[in-house]
Amino acid sequence: MGTQVQTQRQIRPRLNIGSWFQRLARDMRKHYILYLMLLPGVVYFLLFRYFPMYGAIIAFKDYRVLEGFWGSPWVGLKHFNTIFSSPFFYNVLGNTLIISIAKLLAGLPVAICFALLLNEVRLHWFKRSVQTITYLPHFLSWVVVFGVLLTTLSPSSGLLNKTIVAAGGQPINFLADPAWFRVVLVISDIWKDIGWGTIIYLAALAGISPSLYEAAAVDGATRLQRIIYITLPSIVPVIVLVTLLRIGNLLSAGFEQVFVLYNPSVYGVGDIIDTWVYRQGIQGFQFSVSAAVGLFKGAVGCILLVTANWLAKRFAGTGIW
Amino acid sequence: MTRSMGFGEKMFDVVVWIILILVTLAVIIPLWYLLMVSVTPFDLWTRTGGTLFVAPWQMTFEGYRQLLTSPRLPRAFGVSVFITTVGTLLNLIVTTLMAYPLSKSNFPLRKPILLAVLFTTLFSGGMVPTYLVVRQLGLLNNYGSLMLPGLVSAFNLLVMIAFFRNLPAEIEEAATIDGASDWQVLWHIVLPLSKPILATIGLFYAVAHWNSFFDAVLYISNAEMQPLQVVLRSILSAGNVNEYVDPDAALMPQETLRMAAVVLTTLPLLFVYPLLQKHFTAGTLLGSVKE
Repeated sequence: MGTQVQTQRQIRPRLNIGSWFQRLARDMRKHYILYLMLLPGVVYFLLFRYFPMYGAIIAFKDYRVLEGFWGSPWVGLKHFNTIFSSPFFYNVLGNTLIISIAKLLAGLPVAICFALLLNEVRLHWFKRSVQTITYLPHFLSWVVVFGVLLTTLSPSSGLLNKTIVAAGGQPINFLADPAWFRVVLVISDIWKDIGWGTIIYLAALAGISPSLYEAAAVDGATRLQRIIYITLPSIVPVIVLVTLLRIGNLLSAGFEQVFVLYNPSVYGVGDIIDTWVYRQGIQGFQFSVSAAVGLFKGAVGCILLVTANWLAKRFAGTGIW
Repeated sequence: MTRSMGFGEKMFDVVVWIILILVTLAVIIPLWYLLMVSVTPFDLWTRTGGTLFVAPWQMTFEGYRQLLTSPRLPRAFGVSVFITTVGTLLNLIVTTLMAYPLSKSNFPLRKPILLAVLFTTLFSGGMVPTYLVVRQLGLLNNYGSLMLPGLVSAFNLLVMIAFFRNLPAEIEEAATIDGASDWQVLWHIVLPLSKPILATIGLFYAVAHWNSFFDAVLYISNAEMQPLQVVLRSILSAGNVNEYVDPDAALMPQETLRMAAVVLTTLPLLFVYPLLQKHFTAGTLLGSVKE
């Protein structure tokens, strides 16, 4: 995919600004309906996507409601100094990175293994049934998953704790115990998307030429050898792509999930950048400080994605763009 | 092929099947358990708590009845139905209108607008500035705040553009030569050919609306206007769920009421799940081959 995009870019003719505007004016007169169609969407992007980007300048101001984005007084890097000297910020940043990286390291291999296993099933109805059931949680909201976790993990009546007690153990309050909360986050994340995460790999696997497997079988390769030497290498570009996107989102860590599942007893281990921004900024009315944190998060996310993409192109030969 | 290899192949299949069955059980058992808790009567609950098997003659739908006959949950249900239908309709209209001009190769603004749209997937103003914009527009405690800030998803827009570009250009050209306007071409020729993509993207948007939770937390403080997911979250974390149902109704286990509310919230999704599975898979793959 990456190479195709590159060739397109190379053959693009150089723009001549003057003649481009002439062409635009002529086209607008002739196809004014097309421009009218475009209008609502363009207004939407300006108002709800680009205006907030402009509004992010309040990170460098003391935002006052009555004076708005533009009228509020400039304060330079004051809020960034506040953030970077606050121990809370480093705690929240650490939580975010730990949760994100744990989800990546645990979730990616699980999804890949699950896709490889599904790919080995030749009975169509069995494969379909497994897919139908495991895709389902993807469509559930995090609030519904919270309900599932409450009833499964409840210390008094939950299925898991009843099993633990029956086996002679002590019940664990998974959702309120700082030692377990991150584990709950990672496992519930995997549970929700274990089936759905395979789709992109299965699509790549479907494109492998059967002749490769036939040749390998003739040479006496076992099933496992065929997986390791044929199947796995053919999905490496997809794995790289998925990893890239996850790295670009490293500072997000799954906001809605954490927001729905956490409670004050696990703030120490579960509070992430976005939940912190919400509590400080919206609930605590510290608009400028939390906008600064948001801007930091956005900028770092951007840099991570661009860097990871560059590295992937350089060393693996694939990238997002 | 030797006999031992045939045996190895069979063992391999057995191991694959066992792992897949275990994973499937791990996905389905918590959901099944939740369903069973939602029909557990009080006396059974006090004796055994939740169980994986409630005998059919012991099941009670009293929890569902109590939730549906008290005002709070049905009201929230109505709000969510409204947001989902009107919101999805608006999403589809604006996304289609925007995608169509951008799908034409010779459209002069194509490149700059696509770049501007792609940029929003890379960088955003963040939660606080977006909240302040919505507030400045006077949309707090207004259903507009649940439909307008996510009016066009960049991903869905790109998927739709890719679909339009794959339609045969000859049909459109023929219609244009016959004197059809751009609007007529879109309405009479392109849209009828686009039913599959409209279904896919409509479902994408509808599920997002049905499941959306945090935007309502941000923008809707009026309890009367809260959508289903927000009310469900309060029911799940309430100290006493009986506040959400008729106080004179028969006493039900708290867990039973909570899980009945979860099931009611999920039910509409389960009805469209067969459709979802078909269209979502297609749509996700379409998105991954965008230009």
